Amino acid sequence: MPKPKMKMKGGAGPANFRKTIKRIFGLLRPFRGLFALVVVFIILGSIINVAGTFFIRTVIDDYIEIDNPDLKRFALALLVMGSIYLMGVITTFVYQRIMLTISAGILHKVRYDMFAHLQKLPIKYYDTHTHGEIMSRFTNDTDTMREMMSNAIPQLINSSITLVAVITGMIIFSPALTGIVFLVIIIMVAFVSRIGKISGKYFVKQQKSLGEVDGYIEELITGQKVVKVFCYEDTVKQRFGKINQELRHNATTASTAANILMPIMGNLSHILYALIAIVGSLFALNPQLGVTITTGTLITFLLLTRTVSNPITQIGQQLNNVLVALAGAERIFEIMDEKEEVDDGYVTLVNARIDESGNILESVERTGVWAWKHPHKADGTVTYKLLEGKVTFDNVLFGYEENRVVLNNISLYAKPGQKVALVGSTGAGKTTINNLINRFYDVPDGKIRYDDININKIKKADLRRSLGIVLQDTNLFTGTVMDNIRYGRLDATDEECIEAAKLANADSFITRLPEGYSTRLTANGANLSQGQRQLLSIARAAIADPPVLILDEATSSIDTRTEKLIEKGMDKLMEGRTTFVIAHRLSTIRNADAIMVMENGEIIERGNHDSLLAQKGKYYELYMGLLELS
Amino acid sequence: MIKKLVSFTKGYTFYAVITPILVMLEVSMEVTLPFVISKIIDVGINGDGGTPYVLKMGLIMVAMAVFSLIMGGLAGRTCSVAAVGFSTNLRGGLFAKVQDFSFANTDKFTTSSLVTRLTTDVNNVQMSYMMLLRMLVRSPMMLITATIMAMNINLKLSVVFLVAIPFLGGAIALCGGFAYPRFIKMLKRYDLINENVQEDLAAIRVVKTFVRENHETEKFRKSSEDLRKMHISAEKCLIFIMPVMMLTAYACVLSILYLGGGYIMKGAMTTGELTSFLSYIMQILMSLLMLGFIFVMVVMSRASATRIVEVLNEKIDITDHDADESLTVEDGSIEFDNVNFAYAKGAENFVLKNVNLKIKSGETVGIVGGTGASKTTFVQLIPRLYDVTEGQVRVGGHDVKNYKLDVLRGSVAMVLQKNVLFSGTIRENLRWGDNDATDEEIENACKTACAYDFIESFPDKFETVLGQGGVNVSGGQKQRLCIARALLKKPRIMILDDSTSAVDTATDKKIRNELKKNLAGMTTIIIAQRVASIMDADKIIVMDNGEIKDVGTHAELLERSEIYRDVYYSQTYVEEAKNA
Repeated sequence: MPKPKMKMKGGAGPANFRKTIKRIFGLLRPFRGLFALVVVFIILGSIINVAGTFFIRTVIDDYIEIDNPDLKRFALALLVMGSIYLMGVITTFVYQRIMLTISAGILHKVRYDMFAHLQKLPIKYYDTHTHGEIMSRFTNDTDTMREMMSNAIPQLINSSITLVAVITGMIIFSPALTGIVFLVIIIMVAFVSRIGKISGKYFVKQQKSLGEVDGYIEELITGQKVVKVFCYEDTVKQRFGKINQELRHNATTASTAANILMPIMGNLSHILYALIAIVGSLFALNPQLGVTITTGTLITFLLLTRTVSNPITQIGQQLNNVLVALAGAERIFEIMDEKEEVDDGYVTLVNARIDESGNILESVERTGVWAWKHPHKADGTVTYKLLEGKVTFDNVLFGYEENRVVLNNISLYAKPGQKVALVGSTGAGKTTINNLINRFYDVPDGKIRYDDININKIKKADLRRSLGIVLQDTNLFTGTVMDNIRYGRLDATDEECIEAAKLANADSFITRLPEGYSTRLTANGANLSQGQRQLLSIARAAIADPPVLILDEATSSIDTRTEKLIEKGMDKLMEGRTTFVIAHRLSTIRNADAIMVMENGEIIERGNHDSLLAQKGKYYELYMGLLELS
Repeated sequence: MIKKLVSFTKGYTFYAVITPILVMLEVSMEVTLPFVISKIIDVGINGDGGTPYVLKMGLIMVAMAVFSLIMGGLAGRTCSVAAVGFSTNLRGGLFAKVQDFSFANTDKFTTSSLVTRLTTDVNNVQMSYMMLLRMLVRSPMMLITATIMAMNINLKLSVVFLVAIPFLGGAIALCGGFAYPRFIKMLKRYDLINENVQEDLAAIRVVKTFVRENHETEKFRKSSEDLRKMHISAEKCLIFIMPVMMLTAYACVLSILYLGGGYIMKGAMTTGELTSFLSYIMQILMSLLMLGFIFVMVVMSRASATRIVEVLNEKIDITDHDADESLTVEDGSIEFDNVNFAYAKGAENFVLKNVNLKIKSGETVGIVGGTGASKTTFVQLIPRLYDVTEGQVRVGGHDVKNYKLDVLRGSVAMVLQKNVLFSGTIRENLRWGDNDATDEEIENACKTACAYDFIESFPDKFETVLGQGGVNVSGGQKQRLCIARALLKKPRIMILDDSTSAVDTATDKKIRNELKKNLAGMTTIIIAQRVASIMDADKIIVMDNGEIKDVGTHAELLERSEIYRDVYYSQTYVEEAKNA
């Protein structure tokens, strides 16, 4: 049988498919035993099925068409056959049941692996892919895989076995006629591979369009408010119509290719039948042609011919499904192949305590004292360094894209416990500094040090655990208010959560909610105001009790009165911690130990409030901008 | 439900109707072919027809097969066009419907569930629609012809069908009945999974900063595990069908062999008849199984169809059907007349209480108030993003409900607190404000919003591609782009809902000056945390806890409103500046 060519323009080559298939079998590994069992059961079932067909012949020949038929012996034979059939039924049931367990299990595993891997991807990945596109892999693509697991593979095995059995029978009966059969089968295979090629190509396109459509749906439903405000409903509908039509085009072609397969194969087999009948009868009725064949053999052969097309059609159709699933699987593996956030840090964060002689000792329980554990590869020793919260930037150069510098030669120095403020116009690069400290992005040039350790050497998880970050965009999770606060430290008690909420001045509005701390938040806390969401995220950071705090516009939506109220709490929160405050509302940073004024990715002024005012530079301007009318 | 769905076949009805006809023609060949086959064997090979007869019948057979192939191929095409067209219509219809949803409607379904309904559910329905078109004619036709043929051979033996058909039918129905509610549950689990993923994607920065990757993964594992269990419990009901079908088939074969064998022994039947009878009964059972599969598919997709129709049938609670088509927004005056408002229907506590207010056209109005004072809620009533619970909101002298929604919202621009930009270029995003805006207009709007300079500093300028949510511009830049976008609407009323919170004070001031300079006559409402942003407004509204506490100018309020004074002094450093 010629190998169906699956190479397609712009799509995946055969090597890719082979790799994908290999990986899918890799997924099967945990179910190895069960899968082997299924294969055995399927083979058993097919054999029983084929045997059943032959049995009918035997029963008629041996029990009915004899001289002295005995109904009792006949009934007994049927009973024996019945129990074999019953076995067939049971095997089918059992293999389907096991297959269900396997396919549901694999789907779960695929979803889980994909999600777990997603968590490890760098922020950059999320910044460059739409959510809908990612989600479509969780829905459409896993769905096609389910289809393949539960239907296509068993059917393929089943049909292959039947095909082998039938063709073996044919060769035994008449090699000459089998030649004709092979000829037609080659034509059939050519059709299958040709159609498969088309449908495969368009299925890949279809899945891609589907991803786009899903992405658009997700983005626009999430951004519904903006659509309404701009009366953009009609334009959006039109744009959707366009990609929807594109999907229609690709899906129609793909599905046509799949649908015409069955009639083509079925009718080719009828033509095959006619051919065999004609040629066979020529041989049978004209012995002078040199091929001897009895009419009995011819009839049996014709019977076999009728059964040969079914498995071929099945194989063709199921191969098609497999192709679809492979396209989906490739998209899933694409995510799984995305490079994980590299983390070659080896310095870890540990709880520590200091003994009488001033040595730092690692401790199992939470002590409130942290230390960096620094293993030295060269001599295998471990040194500990107390976490103090000193952060330095040393000539840091950074841009998200090439040729677009966002931070230019930034150097800054935060002593332990200091409050450092970053102010400046929007787009000056303040948030980028935050992105670099917690290593959402890595610095190509220059160094950032944390307690004199290059942050590239610190394990990312430990680095981030040591930083408490409150972001401008608050994101809350489905769950109760309490759950959301506890997100900061999962083992915090209810009392500690409430304490943190009080610190952030969130307690008063929470207690006014219908169910207080047990109120369920949905859809990113849609039932709260933006300012309330910010208070909650401050509480969330407070409970984490991190040595270093980064507040990135954390109070931008909180009114100044409330801000005054939480100031005490905030001060308490910042006490003894190195704190970076990114703000344009200068009221929050007046008491900062150091203020850096940024512009166009550079620090243009630095000092404290008084010295900067005295400088009468940019800071003075910014500060007076607030004052000028009073 | 069916009627609703049928209306979406529009444009593809011809294909939907022609498909069964083509299938019928194809099947008619398929059921006649066995005749020709038996003739070839009986007359041509076993009888005295000889090679010429076999040749003749063989050619007839080839002709029939070719005809059947063409019909089948065409049917394959038409049914694809019909089914995919149907799902395209359905998806488009759903999308359009959701676009018309009010927020209350959307909240009811949740966004993630809406997304599943538009994607997975539509796909399910498409699959079973295709199956219906192809099989609903084929299977019964095969069933009926085969039954007639079989009865023709031996009426008494057909009694076996009378037992087998109801048994198989009943078993399939039973399985389907068990499966349906479980499938509904399974789809709900799908919603949850999607919600889980969506939320995680949106909050990925929070997840990462708190190092909660494992926590999230564990949460996902639980819901995925739940789905796995539900998946098994739903499909478990369906895997009975195949074995039951086999059981029936085998039972039929055995009993026919037994009974038929008896007849043959008595000489009442020939073996040839018995074999034919057996092949017919196989055909009957296969068609029945096919029907069973259709039934199961319909059961599975019924759950999806129900969820789709739910969306389609949802009553949109903000409509402009009673609006006056000719009414335009004449000026930018706004009036609130005894307005009470609650987000949930029948809620006891109003979020806005007894709001009365008049704003003249062209005025600049500032709103201050604490966190959760309902400032955002208040302004959202003006472009009718929500409907008042009691009272009336008038714009340009008319109740907002009297305007067509696009007229009203076309005249009221609102820059939201939570800014959303969409994936696409900056220019594409700005064009939301006005699709036909010239490059000059776009540039001017950007200059007014103080966005021009930073856009120009990007290598690709206005063609810079933004990621979803505009992740590659800073918070303040995003806000200025959103203001420029709103300005392009050339609105009569401009609402800035804390939309310069991430913009520094100097730029903020510059934007306000530009607005005043370029857009005189436009009513401007500014919600701001910074008093500086609003202190020179014509009117300042002080809100607290859903009520308007005071209205006046900066000087007036400074004198009489304690709340305002508090806010003001919390931000100004007059004394300190003096001391310095």
